[in-house]
Amino acid sequence: MTSSVIAKLPRNYGAVCGFLLGAVVLLVVAPAVLSDFRLSLLGRFICVAIVAVGIGLAWGRGGMLTLGQGVFFGLGGYVMAFHLKLADAGPSGVPDFMLLYGSGQVPVWWEPFRFPAVTLLGIVLIPSLVAFGLGIAIFRRRVRGAYFAILSQALAAAFAILLIGQQVTLGGFNGLNGFRSFFGFNLYDPVNKRMLFYIAAITLLVMLAVMWQLYRSRYGELLIAVRDQEERVRFLGYDPANIKLVAYVLAAAMAGIAGALFVPSVGIISPANVGVVPSIAFVIGVAIGGRATLFGPVLGAIAVAWAQTALSESFPSFWSYFQGALFVLVIAFLPGGLAALVGRANVLRDAVQRRLRVGARVASPSVASDTGNLVPPEPGLSGIRAGSETGQ
Amino acid sequence: MTDYLELSDVRVAFDGFVAVDGVSMTVLQGDLRFLIGPNGAGKTTLVDAITGLAAATGSVRFGRTELVGKKVHQIARLGVGRTFQTASVFEELTVLQNLDIAAGAGRRPLSLLRRRRSVPPEVEQAMETVGLAGLRDKPAGVLAHGQKQWLEIGMLLVQDARVLLLDEPVAGMSADERTQTGELLRRIGAQRTVVVVEHDMDFMRSFATSVTVLHAGKVLSGGTVAQVQADPRVQEVYLGRAEVTS
Repeated sequence: MTSSVIAKLPRNYGAVCGFLLGAVVLLVVAPAVLSDFRLSLLGRFICVAIVAVGIGLAWGRGGMLTLGQGVFFGLGGYVMAFHLKLADAGPSGVPDFMLLYGSGQVPVWWEPFRFPAVTLLGIVLIPSLVAFGLGIAIFRRRVRGAYFAILSQALAAAFAILLIGQQVTLGGFNGLNGFRSFFGFNLYDPVNKRMLFYIAAITLLVMLAVMWQLYRSRYGELLIAVRDQEERVRFLGYDPANIKLVAYVLAAAMAGIAGALFVPSVGIISPANVGVVPSIAFVIGVAIGGRATLFGPVLGAIAVAWAQTALSESFPSFWSYFQGALFVLVIAFLPGGLAALVGRANVLRDAVQRRLRVGARVASPSVASDTGNLVPPEPGLSGIRAGSETGQ
Repeated sequence: MTDYLELSDVRVAFDGFVAVDGVSMTVLQGDLRFLIGPNGAGKTTLVDAITGLAAATGSVRFGRTELVGKKVHQIARLGVGRTFQTASVFEELTVLQNLDIAAGAGRRPLSLLRRRRSVPPEVEQAMETVGLAGLRDKPAGVLAHGQKQWLEIGMLLVQDARVLLLDEPVAGMSADERTQTGELLRRIGAQRTVVVVEHDMDFMRSFATSVTVLHAGKVLSGGTVAQVQADPRVQEVYLGRAEVTS
């Protein structure tokens, strides 16, 4: 037992180290060195990173390029905003914007969100259920690839348009804003803003831990199999639609939770936070970081969000060009994202080591002839060609 | 009880083009049935029809179960497995992971969320049977072409497929690999019902216990290798083609 545990250590070493390092940076270093303003900004980036973790699962591992995570982000965010507006208005009170634009009546479907428990459940369940319904319809019909991407993006556009049209019940174009408290904590108090940061950081770490377990599990292997050879999986007796559905629903739930955390820390949720543009921005971070890796989506999302803020501060009109150029460069030259650089470094290291070994073998030729056949076949055609030549 | 696969009047049409035109045949357990015929005879389409990929009419029965009208993954769960002309393994996953996935269609959903703690015995056995035990931790993508085909056959074994439908399993293999594959099929075929779609006549002569010849979607001839070879209609189809191509 002990020996098997030790044997497994090196494989998980990197992930555990990365996780612990992330925990120390987020929970100890960042609060110590960053000003309240910067820390709150980082908290906002972390919300984006939580969405990115979900996209990493759905797209990186599951092959579903979802350009519509803004829908689920928005569902979670608006549910949280309902509760905050109602709580600010007091028991049986009416949110301010409804008094301004509407009849002063709270719609019936707002009422359940007066209860904190219903709100917390809704943040997770509403995006999950919507994703479940959409997912069944999409995956059972075997919609995938570019068609899936376009469909998901159209959903984000439709969702934003729907929200803009609901001036009286959802605040329309302005969305919902001006929150004063968060489950009884005053949102103007810097201590509580720090608390929001910690909640977001811990949520991100928990999501990463869940993802880590999922990636090592049999389900994680199966999801990669579905991504690469969906039809083959079907012939092994699985229904790939169900396997993809699980990843899609989990990604949606994560986006919903991220949206809910975003609302109190930023102070607003509006159609501009959930439409096509933010939905694509979520994906860009994941692509740049490395979609199929555990930490790539998080680092990419935080880096892109940070670059956006930094560049927008100095060159306000420059950011969208930079973002576009970055995306094009990564897709063209580094399809695996920056995380692939780590993999390439390993390949390079292995190649150097092999070269060194070959050098050693040349020095003692008798060993070379003995071990030559034991070297496993190279990837690619060489193995096949060697086989068919002897055949003919 | 012995298993058998029974096709009667199976018909597949794509937009009016009839690819399989009323095929009837019975394959018994322990039989190594070769399905041969010129290009476009409907061999692969017939396999597609049995496995639920192509919509068919008529009847395909495995034991007492009717397969026509069932979905691909349901048919696979009933014990009908297949391979493809191009080896389709999960290239990024290791040999062990490939086989473990093939073994797992019956696993409960929640158990999938755990890590694999030990190698299932049937996976271990299959790796030995197809000779890939030494390569268990290699990604399937780096395997040689022949090894990929063996991995696919191994996946059918752990899937507990009792009907094996193999689409050109030895295409692109060396002579040694062909012999090894043939012997492998004989070993595993005794307990199973095996149908092999093949163009390689030498391979067929060496290993077939019975042959069905398809031509233009219909059964042209059938029987032992000797009977089929003596059939003038088969000679005409094949020699006629040979004259055109050479």
